[in-house]
Amino acid sequence: MANVMQSGGRKRGRGREVRTGPLIAPAVLPLIVWAFVPLAVSLWFSLLHYNLLDPITRFAGFDNYSYLLTDPSLLDALWNTLALVVGVLAASIGLGCLFAVLLDQEFYGRSVARLLVIAPFFVMPTVSALIWKNLLMHPVNGLIAYITRSLHLGVIDWFGSWPLTSVGIIVAWQWVPFATLILLTAIQSLDREQVEAARMDGAKSVSMFFFITLPHLARPIAIVIMIETIFLLSVFAEILVTTNGGPGDASTNLTYLVYKTALLDFDVGGGSAGGIVAVILANVVALFLVRTVARNLD
Amino acid sequence: MAMRRKTKRKIGMTVLGWAVALLVAFPIFWMTLAAFKTEIDAIATPPLLFFSPTLENFAEVHSRADYPVFAANSIFISVSATAVAILLALPAAYAMAFHPSKRTKDLLLWMLSTKMMPAVGVLIPMYLFFKAAHLLDTTYGLILIYILMNLPIVVWMIYSFFRDVPKEILEAARMDGARPLQQVSMLLVPLALPGIASTALLSIILCWNEAFWSINLTATQARPLTAFIASFSSPEGLFWAKLSAASLLAIAPIVIFGFMTQRQLVRGLTFGAVK
Repeated sequence: MANVMQSGGRKRGRGREVRTGPLIAPAVLPLIVWAFVPLAVSLWFSLLHYNLLDPITRFAGFDNYSYLLTDPSLLDALWNTLALVVGVLAASIGLGCLFAVLLDQEFYGRSVARLLVIAPFFVMPTVSALIWKNLLMHPVNGLIAYITRSLHLGVIDWFGSWPLTSVGIIVAWQWVPFATLILLTAIQSLDREQVEAARMDGAKSVSMFFFITLPHLARPIAIVIMIETIFLLSVFAEILVTTNGGPGDASTNLTYLVYKTALLDFDVGGGSAGGIVAVILANVVALFLVRTVARNLD
Repeated sequence: MAMRRKTKRKIGMTVLGWAVALLVAFPIFWMTLAAFKTEIDAIATPPLLFFSPTLENFAEVHSRADYPVFAANSIFISVSATAVAILLALPAAYAMAFHPSKRTKDLLLWMLSTKMMPAVGVLIPMYLFFKAAHLLDTTYGLILIYILMNLPIVVWMIYSFFRDVPKEILEAARMDGARPLQQVSMLLVPLALPGIASTALLSIILCWNEAFWSINLTATQARPLTAFIASFSSPEGLFWAKLSAASLLAIAPIVIFGFMTQRQLVRGLTFGAVK
């Protein structure tokens, strides 16, 4: 990000002074409102006893938080959120590196193969969740069930027995292509002369990968981790259309828990408290990641 | 010898590369097949790879289910939100690129940081505000959210494209007395048009595929395709062929947009850190 910011404060030209305030305001003012007002209202709601089914709304102090923090659903949701983020990230980085290196090799029809690998990233989440749920993972008519049955391996009830893993597979199917795209773009900017020189010196493919490609990828990998974490903390549609957070709370993440508390149970106060917890979590991750990335940038 | 080894390697890579590509894209391929099957063929065991294709699902999806309405909603919402975001972003990007101050950098970073706030943190206030303002289930409500959601990326991308424009051209225009907004509309927009176009494509993709707000803030009238497809999760989900046909129509334009704008997309989504 640093290279973007090196604009310097020098004034260009001797023309009359331009007042930048009115030019910037139309973009910045709405964002300021958007960034602070709803969050402040959330914070206020989280301190209220406020249920849409209960006519009495009163100040509740930290009741919502103490209730939430002792509620096993929250711990489950936190754990599920974390497991989903870490699992999908591991798949994205591992497979993403592998696919990117592979798609960088010369082969016939490479450009078409690249498009095919990237395509799932552009599929809307509700569509990808339903393709997997119905056409592939369905325990009776799904293709995977047919294959495992033909191999005498029995049938896996994906969303019943492995709900979080199943959601994770679907989400990973969307985000591995993203990682591949970013890492492939980064590999292509690798200095070809350096690669050729290393090859002339007799470097093997494996050591080339570990000593030249991987160090070059450190920064793009950090960036993939940052961007994917932001999106993965808020996985929602994939859960809604496949498991509805179940069975029980087995595949409920923080986002889904807040949705359930507020829009299905009408508990505005409790839902807001959950939302605030999500914001805090995202900020901790963001801070940590921004630091890592910033260190990587210089 | 060396030549032959090289060819061998290339053939090996071709097999490997295509195996991975076909495996990754398989769900899309399988859905595309299902879209042309009858409902009975779609759930047949063993699954059918060869069958007599039919177009009846597409006809059905179009006539029932109000599909054209949802498609129109998706188009209207993504295009309007993108257009407004770009209009708001142009002057700001101009000011930041050509008249930077000490705070420009902080301002840009702050704008990007607003993207890190999880939507669920503000879902409830927004929902209640929408309810009070009668914005629930309206396209305008979603457009408003999407403008705010994409504004940081749009400003940032246009800013980075403006910085590629040679300063001298702008200098000349200023000498001739062109005011800032004239400089933007008559000079910068035409010069940076390819960049602005890819910014628009990226923003349209993000709006089109957005599922959290669209599912929570629309019900019937303003429903875009993401929320419409989500409704297939229960009872109607039994109609796999129709689901597949509707899904294919919903993703086809955006996948093509995505292919067209790959490189700019990398630049935009990584805030310029990977080019």
